[in-house]
Amino acid sequence: MSRHVVARTDELADGERKIVEIEGRSIGLFRVGDAWYAVRNTCPHQSGPLCRGYLTGLLESDGPGEFRYSRRGEMLRCPWHGWEFDLRTGQSWVDPTRLRVRHYETTVEPGSALLTGTPPVAPGQRVPGPYTAETYEVSVDHDYVVIEF
Amino acid sequence: MSAPTDARTEQSAPPTTGAVDVDVHHDLAAVEELFPYLDAHWRDYVVERGLPGFDTNYYPQASPMSVRPDLLRPDGPPPATDPATVAADVLDRTGSSTAILNCLYGVQPMQNEYLAAALSSALNDWQRERWLAVDPRLRASIVVPTQNAELAAREIDRTAADGAFVQVLMFVRDRMQLGKRFFWPIYEAAERHGLPIAVHPFGSFNHPNTPAGWASTYIEEYVAQAQLFHAQVVSIVCQGVLARFPELRFVLLESGASWLPPLMWRFDKDWKGLRHDTPWVDRAPSDLIRRHFRLATAPLDVEGPDGLLRLIDQLGSDEMLLYSSDYPHHHHDPGVGSVLGLPDDLRQKVLSGNARALYPLDRGGHR
Ligand code: FES
Repeated sequence: MSRHVVARTDELADGERKIVEIEGRSIGLFRVGDAWYAVRNTCPHQSGPLCRGYLTGLLESDGPGEFRYSRRGEMLRCPWHGWEFDLRTGQSWVDPTRLRVRHYETTVEPGSALLTGTPPVAPGQRVPGPYTAETYEVSVDHDYVVIEF
Repeated sequence: MSAPTDARTEQSAPPTTGAVDVDVHHDLAAVEELFPYLDAHWRDYVVERGLPGFDTNYYPQASPMSVRPDLLRPDGPPPATDPATVAADVLDRTGSSTAILNCLYGVQPMQNEYLAAALSSALNDWQRERWLAVDPRLRASIVVPTQNAELAAREIDRTAADGAFVQVLMFVRDRMQLGKRFFWPIYEAAERHGLPIAVHPFGSFNHPNTPAGWASTYIEEYVAQAQLFHAQVVSIVCQGVLARFPELRFVLLESGASWLPPLMWRFDKDWKGLRHDTPWVDRAPSDLIRRHFRLATAPLDVEGPDGLLRLIDQLGSDEMLLYSSDYPHHHHDPGVGSVLGLPDDLRQKVLSGNARALYPLDRGGHR
């Protein structure tokens, strides 16, 4: 399990996303309120770019003509064929037990902690970043989103 | 008259012994047959206007693929108008134990909903006295004026107490799609009485006879029937009829069945991406279809027992097919040969088991 710093918390506003690449995998990072979610940018259906889809709400119904809409911004709809996935769990709505998109643990940590060496990040070290050719500058003044991978 | 009860004990038992034939048609020889069941106002109305009757000519009788040629007797009564003859043809000769009569008299196409309601009641009373009362093996579908769903529901309530009425008859072509709320009082009443809704080809002329518009010829209309059923299945599922009436069942008559598996496949696929349109469809449409829809075998649109086995496999259920003869109509194949060629357990299900599980046959016929 490695940890990757992928964003500064002030980079994304509520409802925004960022697509990063870690070890050759495309991953979407989403901010919903103060929660952060990371899911694989590959739809389990036919490998569409899931994380480029609409973020929508959970639509349920108590009967014909009744629409119960909740959890706005927590369902990700694949741009290819519209299958919906729950950002929190990665589960698909249509077949939650059998079909889910890989999702990853995220944590928000202050730069100071990352720099002062909570393992595996050594003090003063530059933390490997999301872009293969780059590293991510971490400073003590900001909070960062870390994906466990 | 009584039918042999156990096929296996009778050497010469006909092959469909014990079958439930879910689609048999009967007819009025003349509109006057209804007069005893119409009140004075409507009787006089028909007479004073010189109305010749309400036959629809859904099946031009002498057209190929229409009435069985052997039943067209120039000097005899019109086909399927004599109860004893019908019972002899569909029960005694075949060994079937039960036949469900579906009356196609032209009530639903008319514009006057009150006349339609009066005729529906008269037809149901006529069915009871002239048909059901003379042979305990006969059952019937309730005729309803679908022009007015409230009156239709009232007719179901009036009629369903008689256990020989085992379903409600509608048509694939009505003024609007069958899923619409307009029809829900009919479904509510049917569910309350534990009666399935049969959907038969043809129906109202207020809607084109193919989904694409008016056909120019009989062959175009005839071939396009399955597409109308297609649209109605989608409507019934999407409009939430099955969510609102979870015990309701639909029986699709005379429309074949091979068109359904591809529809189920596509319906599931599209629902996954479009379910926001109809969130009350909270499970795969194919699951709902398997649970709520049944299909009669005549005319069967697959070849032989192998084709039928494949179809059952593709439907994903061996409980959906119901044997029917569609008497007195005949198509290229009523399907009986294919049904008889099935393995024992499946044959039994198609011939009678599935129908017995569906219809309240034990509420009893007359006598
Ligand atoms: S690839 Fe995502 S829904 Fe088909």
